Amino acid sequence: MENLLDGWGLTMATFSPLLGAAVMLLIPKEREDRHRLIALVTSLWVAFVSLLVLIWFDLGATDRLHFVVDKSWIEAIHSRYVLGVDGISLPLLLLTVLIVPLCIVYSWNHFPEPRNPRAFLILILVLETGMIGTFLAQDLVLFFVFFEVVLLPMFFMIAVWGGPNRRYASMKFFLFTLFGSALMLVSFLALFFLTGAESFVFSEMADNVVANAVSHTAQLWIFGGMFLGFGIKVPMFPFHTWLPDAHTEAPTVGSVILAAVLLKLGTYGFIRIAIPILPDAAVGWAPWIGLLAVIGIIYGALGCLAQTDMKRLIAFSSVAHMGFVMLGIATLTDFGINAAIMGMVAHGLITGMLFFLAGSVKERYHTLEISRLGGLLVQAPRMGWIFGFCAMASLGLPGLAGFWGEFPAILSAYNPANGVPVETFRTFMVVAALGTVLAAGYLLWLLQRSAFGNPPDEFANDPNIVDTTRTEWIAWAPMLALILAIGIYPNLVFGITDDAVDASLAPCLTVEAPLDHDLAETLACSEVYDLGGQDHHSHDHTATGG
Amino acid sequence: MDPGLLALAFERPAIDWHAVAPEIVLLSMGCLITLLDIVFLDRIRPYTAALAGLGLLATTIPILTLAVDGTDRVLFGGAYVVDDFALVMKVVFLLAGYLVVLMSTNYVAEGDYWENEYYGLLLASVMGMVMMASSRDLISVFVALELLSIPAYLMVAWRKRDPRSNEAGLKYYLMGVFASAVMLYGMSLLFGVSGTTLLAGIGEAVGSDAGSVAAVTLGIVFVVAGFGFKVSAAPFHTWAPDVYEGAPTPVTAFLSVASKTAGFVALLALVFVGFYGRADVWEPLVWVLSAASMTVGNLVALRQTNMVRLMAYSGVAQTGFMIAPLAVAGHSVATGDQALSATVTYLAIYAAMNLGAFAVVITLARRTGSAEISSYAGAFHYAPGLTLAMTAFLFSLAGIPPLGGWFAKFEVFRVLATAGEPWGYVLAVVAAVNSVIALFYYAAIARRMWAEDVPDGDLSPVSVTPSLVSALALCGIVTLAFGVAPQAVARFTNVSLLALGG
Repeated sequence: MENLLDGWGLTMATFSPLLGAAVMLLIPKEREDRHRLIALVTSLWVAFVSLLVLIWFDLGATDRLHFVVDKSWIEAIHSRYVLGVDGISLPLLLLTVLIVPLCIVYSWNHFPEPRNPRAFLILILVLETGMIGTFLAQDLVLFFVFFEVVLLPMFFMIAVWGGPNRRYASMKFFLFTLFGSALMLVSFLALFFLTGAESFVFSEMADNVVANAVSHTAQLWIFGGMFLGFGIKVPMFPFHTWLPDAHTEAPTVGSVILAAVLLKLGTYGFIRIAIPILPDAAVGWAPWIGLLAVIGIIYGALGCLAQTDMKRLIAFSSVAHMGFVMLGIATLTDFGINAAIMGMVAHGLITGMLFFLAGSVKERYHTLEISRLGGLLVQAPRMGWIFGFCAMASLGLPGLAGFWGEFPAILSAYNPANGVPVETFRTFMVVAALGTVLAAGYLLWLLQRSAFGNPPDEFANDPNIVDTTRTEWIAWAPMLALILAIGIYPNLVFGITDDAVDASLAPCLTVEAPLDHDLAETLACSEVYDLGGQDHHSHDHTATGG
Repeated sequence: MDPGLLALAFERPAIDWHAVAPEIVLLSMGCLITLLDIVFLDRIRPYTAALAGLGLLATTIPILTLAVDGTDRVLFGGAYVVDDFALVMKVVFLLAGYLVVLMSTNYVAEGDYWENEYYGLLLASVMGMVMMASSRDLISVFVALELLSIPAYLMVAWRKRDPRSNEAGLKYYLMGVFASAVMLYGMSLLFGVSGTTLLAGIGEAVGSDAGSVAAVTLGIVFVVAGFGFKVSAAPFHTWAPDVYEGAPTPVTAFLSVASKTAGFVALLALVFVGFYGRADVWEPLVWVLSAASMTVGNLVALRQTNMVRLMAYSGVAQTGFMIAPLAVAGHSVATGDQALSATVTYLAIYAAMNLGAFAVVITLARRTGSAEISSYAGAFHYAPGLTLAMTAFLFSLAGIPPLGGWFAKFEVFRVLATAGEPWGYVLAVVAAVNSVIALFYYAAIARRMWAEDVPDGDLSPVSVTPSLVSALALCGIVTLAFGVAPQAVARFTNVSLLALGG
């Protein structure tokens, strides 16, 4: 495919935000309007480039890397500058470049204290570079660098613009993530050594693991290190404790980016790196990942029910939702992982929206104490309805995006990949299904307490409380539209991811025995899940479960 | 003439003048500064700093010509060697020395200290370091060590009206002499067994059957322990915090970077050329030193309230990182080469980022007159540029990409994880945990500077002198460049000593 984007497109997308940030550094900080404009234009430009990527992306071959850039970078350690985009990266790339301009629009005229729009916007742009880079990098060292680049701006965003407990929260966020990624780095290096690879490029790594017959024990240990790195970022129970603190203290936009994109870096790492490179170890770890995932689902939901702060509640709901994503991943089937990617996109849109809403509620009521809120639908009916819409999407109402993340993930646990204990996963499935009931419970209860009824006396005549403003509409409309569009036509995402997921699971599947087709076909609830066509799934349960 | 007398007469060894040109330039410059002061007295003093800096930079010219020439030069029967390793380290010493001159310029002038002698001693000390990089003989190592140490003892006590500076000078002197004594004893044992002072010769003896006697073990332990003091590795680090705090801050920067690097250079030469055959002795020793330094340094640093003391303990922890690759260096020659490159890379990057951090400390102290961490609160509001620079240096020290420190740490992890030894993996995990602990105190300082209010509400700006700006800019650019394009440093630090030592 010869076109404009080859060679420079992805690099442009990744580093344009940095360029914008550099320009902003040169302009005195008093020129706030100029800073806002530069930031917005930069992020829109990145979105435009990414849109071109989508347009020129060959949707017939999503399993292939597109627009690959392959340049020498650090020869001394055989690390290369390799960027590429395939069906797994593309939805997440698009999610990122969508969220960032919306965040800039949202903060247009209400920057959190202590203001300083220049610094705030620069951090957002640096963050964007890190996030895009992580999704595009195809080399372990490059991936690691981008993965870490994200930490600094988020740390400062929480530490400087955060709530009253920001010091504790920012430090906790930073230390937790760094702990995981340090061990992850050791794993990467051990992998590099044990495979005797010539480079850190993902695809080569995967081939080398098979070719060099890395011992099973070593694989399990290495996967363990990656598991810590990615699992903390997701975050999975019991490493989730940084998340509620970080979310509660972060400024609105920080929360949105954190929920919408940063958490996905962890799950993306599993799908892109841990599982394709170490399929055997993934099978060994799957039951434990699944277990932690369902504990996360139930624990997150129960945590939600106990929260008195709206933002904290939404944060805990993230733990539960990411539990569904991880459950889908733990099945190691293309069905489950497609569901997981869908879950990532849906969660990004929906929870991002919920955090936007929480921010707007906070701005109007100056509190997020659920017991003090009420009557949002009376005082700000449009915002109340948007809130209701997002709550419904979040609890997995069919027809909205959340459903397509949750339901297939649960379903996929019925029939995990070969080698993964079937009974265990069916138990997980039942527990996870119970989790959806709890999700309905906490979201509806939240909606009832904050949106229904009459406004409490203290806010009844508060002139501050206005309906959705114009900037809010601009920031929110694209997300709401996408929640609806993906809900109605999930193939928007599945169509892109399916082949790529198949391909990334190929190393897992080559080692497995053929399967019985019937069950797979009965499970293929959508034509997207063409499991029947794959003859490499096998089902122990035909023998064991009966 | 009596032929017998001729045979007894001193025979001048053949000297490769090109090879010793850097030392000669440096020496002449040091002498010139002293002479000028004697002749012109006060009139020349304002220019001494500039002259010293110029001298250090001029010294890099013959080094460049040597590097372009590219051949390894062996002088004095192998006691003095100019190879890639030596050249890279010499450049690091000279640039570190230059940065220290930049940092000292106003500090020394405004503090009303003896300027001329200060720079003379500084050049002498750098001279010792430059020699150390080439020394491959017990005697030349020791002479270089004393040449770099004795001026440093004096410089530490430079603030002579301040009791803490005196205390620091005395402490540093006594500990330094003690360490030298221990080291000398070890050297004497090694000489006794091998019958030569040449490191290559010792390497042969140690590698043969004769090397397995207890005297060699003891000798290696003593020498490594002696250099443990010099590089402030735990448990030999106890002098560092007091000395760092008492010494004038530019001198502290000098000690924490140049002096430490010199200790490392000697240690590397000794281990790789001299002791390589007895990895069973120094590998476990280094392992313990490394794990202890990282852990003790970091844990104690968590409790510090004074910035300079904190940098001292963080320096101890960084030493643990630098020395870590040596713990697996005996695995194979390939691993040994990698370990050497990793440590040299770390030293080069550490020089930039640590000197940068000290430059900020010195600059901020011009306003606050204090190195207490509490005085840094809210620095962002009156010195945004300095805060940004400090943030970069601190997070580089913590090893966060895209700042230089990440590559330094990465190289250490790479060696530990690719040696394929269980102990290497364990040390890698210890290092990983320690990098998290270290982040806590580095990030806490950055957060204090960004997120807190100025203690007294005073928003008057900091007066930054041109020389400090240059120092900060140099360190900052290098730190960032090494992080974004690590190949820039990696291509120079890809050196080997094992080819020589066998």
